[in-house]
Amino acid sequence: MSGYNFAYLDEQTKRMIRRALLKAVAIPGYQVPFASREMPMPYGWGTGGVQVTAACLVPEDTLKVIDQGADDTTNAVSIRAFFARVADIATTEHTRDASVIQTRHRIPEAPLREDQILVFQVPIPEPLRFLEPRETETRKMHALEEYGLMHVRLYEDIARHGEIAKSYAYPVRVEGRYVMDPSPIPKFDNPKLDDCPALQLFGAGREQRIYALPPYTRVESLDFEDYPFKASRPDHPCALCGARDSYLDEVVIDDAGGRMFVCSDTDYCNDRRAAGHRGEMAAPFEEMPE
Amino acid sequence: MYVAVKGGERAIAAAHGWLDEERRGDPAIPELGTDQIRTQMTLAVDRVMAEGSLYDPDLAALALKQARGDAIEAIFLIRAYRTTLPRFGASIPIATGAMACERRISAIFKDAPGGQVLGPTFDYTHRLLDFALMAGGEAPSSAPQSEPRDAAKPHVTEILAREDLIQAESEHDEVDTPPDLTRAPLSLPASRALRLQALARGDEGFLLSLAYSTQRGYGRNHPFVGELRVGTVAVEMEIPELGFAVEIGEIVVSECESVNQFTGSKTQPAQFTRGYGLVFGRGERKAISMALVDRALRWKELGEENTGAPAQDEEFVLAHADNIQASGFLEHIKLPHYVDFQAELELIRKLRSEALAHLGADA
Amino acid sequence: MDAAALSGGFANPAIDSARVFREVLQAMARPGRIARISGVGPPPGLSPAAAAVLLTLADDTTPVHLAGPCDTAIIRDYLRFHTGAPVAARGRAAFAIGPWEALVPIIDYPFGSDEYPDHAATLIVEMPALAATGARLTGPGIRDEAYLSLPEIAPFRENRRLFPRGLDFIFTSGDAIAALPRTTIVGAR
Repeated sequence: MSGYNFAYLDEQTKRMIRRALLKAVAIPGYQVPFASREMPMPYGWGTGGVQVTAACLVPEDTLKVIDQGADDTTNAVSIRAFFARVADIATTEHTRDASVIQTRHRIPEAPLREDQILVFQVPIPEPLRFLEPRETETRKMHALEEYGLMHVRLYEDIARHGEIAKSYAYPVRVEGRYVMDPSPIPKFDNPKLDDCPALQLFGAGREQRIYALPPYTRVESLDFEDYPFKASRPDHPCALCGARDSYLDEVVIDDAGGRMFVCSDTDYCNDRRAAGHRGEMAAPFEEMPE
Repeated sequence: MYVAVKGGERAIAAAHGWLDEERRGDPAIPELGTDQIRTQMTLAVDRVMAEGSLYDPDLAALALKQARGDAIEAIFLIRAYRTTLPRFGASIPIATGAMACERRISAIFKDAPGGQVLGPTFDYTHRLLDFALMAGGEAPSSAPQSEPRDAAKPHVTEILAREDLIQAESEHDEVDTPPDLTRAPLSLPASRALRLQALARGDEGFLLSLAYSTQRGYGRNHPFVGELRVGTVAVEMEIPELGFAVEIGEIVVSECESVNQFTGSKTQPAQFTRGYGLVFGRGERKAISMALVDRALRWKELGEENTGAPAQDEEFVLAHADNIQASGFLEHIKLPHYVDFQAELELIRKLRSEALAHLGADA
Repeated sequence: MDAAALSGGFANPAIDSARVFREVLQAMARPGRIARISGVGPPPGLSPAAAAVLLTLADDTTPVHLAGPCDTAIIRDYLRFHTGAPVAARGRAAFAIGPWEALVPIIDYPFGSDEYPDHAATLIVEMPALAATGARLTGPGIRDEAYLSLPEIAPFRENRRLFPRGLDFIFTSGDAIAALPRTTIVGAR
């Protein structure tokens, strides 16, 4: 696109983000402050992820963008179109073909590889925010490794509900040091953060924070010896592809309480159907027009 | 049988088309020119420049046209454009004492050197709708418009300063290169220069309400409008090759200095204190609000008590003053959140079924 | 200023520096992994890899310390012309560059605070050679173990003990690059 630099950001901005990214990788789970720029999409709509992606892209990349696990949700479509325009790079809906994947709220079902980078859009990067709204306080808590309050809060949940009542954005501990917000992914996805071959980068634009998980990093969901963390498990198979191991969306199909459960990861579901898997409500598989 | 909805791209394109149509409105009515907006909707243009942090009336007018008159959307357009512009350097501080004032009032003296200049203000208009404007209106009768008076207008607070009755602004916290919160992440505690920068581009409504809250007792500091001035100042830049500053243009700004009551502390004799507000364009409501909030935020420096009022809370004020950050995050909850919602749904069902089973067992 | 200092930048800065950064990012994310980067023609005394890293990451906001043989007039001019970065003493450096013997002791550089461990220097170590042998590396970014021809072992173990404070290292030799973040546990072979 004429008039704009490769990947939209000016070089000085990219250098600033790149330096922050390197420090983020060097201090896994620590939130590096960065001078987030105003982007041509609103704060809260992925500006952090977009800046991280823009600072990482090379012309050879193939980019996939998902929101809620799906490639065809409006904001995913919009961000993908943005990069196709300002960086002139290839895009894909297939996890396996992507070298960079920008995501909001999900980690793809297909295992990621060493040659892939996963970029998360993060709304509130501070895992302690719900205990303490002040950045000046939470910064001290991280510095002193003072996470007792967090454990107390989680234990109160157990006392009241019999389990930790946190179903997404479930906090993790990175390499036994920093407590980190994994972004609002369902806790179903938390185990995928651990020991992942791909580099995972997190960008929070409005809150001006970048953080990272290098490949093969130990990531543990917070829990207690007597109440170990349990990732949620689907109660149903996918109605389209029959998968029993994927995260499902509940789709209301009529006004009489009828509903079906389908894979939130649209690419995973399509792949399985292309390979001949059938759920109980599946039509014969047809390649979707891109 | 279920067919997944797959129309994101088409839906977006259709929405954009419809939006263009709505913006244009009835094609039988002449299209609004940006020159009309720039010269007739001047206060809207000024607000967009102030909160967009970019002094360019033509672009602000364009942004307002494109945004269908929505100030925050127009500010957003300007901000997103501004961030792509190269920086050539920093100007030297503008000299507001040398301002060509079109308006200059002081509420603390009946008259002051340089005089009171009422200027084109709404203040004493009776707020009666002028139906003549609706009828196509006449050109206003040529009102006696005093040329900006060249007579020097020293800052009113200088009169107080001569008698040492008002706290002197410390020079040392004004560093050579002012901090730039668009280039460095906000870190707390912030310097006053950084706070003022954040307030200058902050949302007018937010600052107005905060300032109002201080007047009602939440961080009360008894403000007087020491001086309010609106007018044109020169912008000068140091050119290293020349070794002196040259004028690169003129801008209109609104400046307010509040004079606040202060009874003294253990370490300081009684003295008046100050709050400061400066805004691009004609934005006196915002300038006054800014001065009051600035003054409230200075409690620590002036040895006052922190009463826990919102306007005294630096982190609270700075983290929430920006309407582009606020509106973006507020409106992002329109985006799909069905994955998280699904996780919550499952959790609630599970907790409820366990609780109900419990109740059933007890019954 | 030597005319040689004015040449030798990236031919296409946006694209070339993007490619260099991607390799540096992967190097930092996978300690011990050796990659090749190119795109610049540095003045004598600076390897192409080290120069490419500087041109990609340094600018007028990042003081650079030139250590020992890297502190020459032509390297200063090259750095200033292509990046605008100010030359600085060790204690203020965001980046420092030089051979290992000229860079040590590492305690002289900013290694961040507990609250801002990111306010720490990155050392670019010019090496005679880089090979996947020598010190044994484990920690984040490394699946099982990796090996890298580090100049010493003890200083890196000291550095690890400061965590989360600490320095991060980029090793360069010719067009080869590897990295060692502060998290890596360095052991003798």
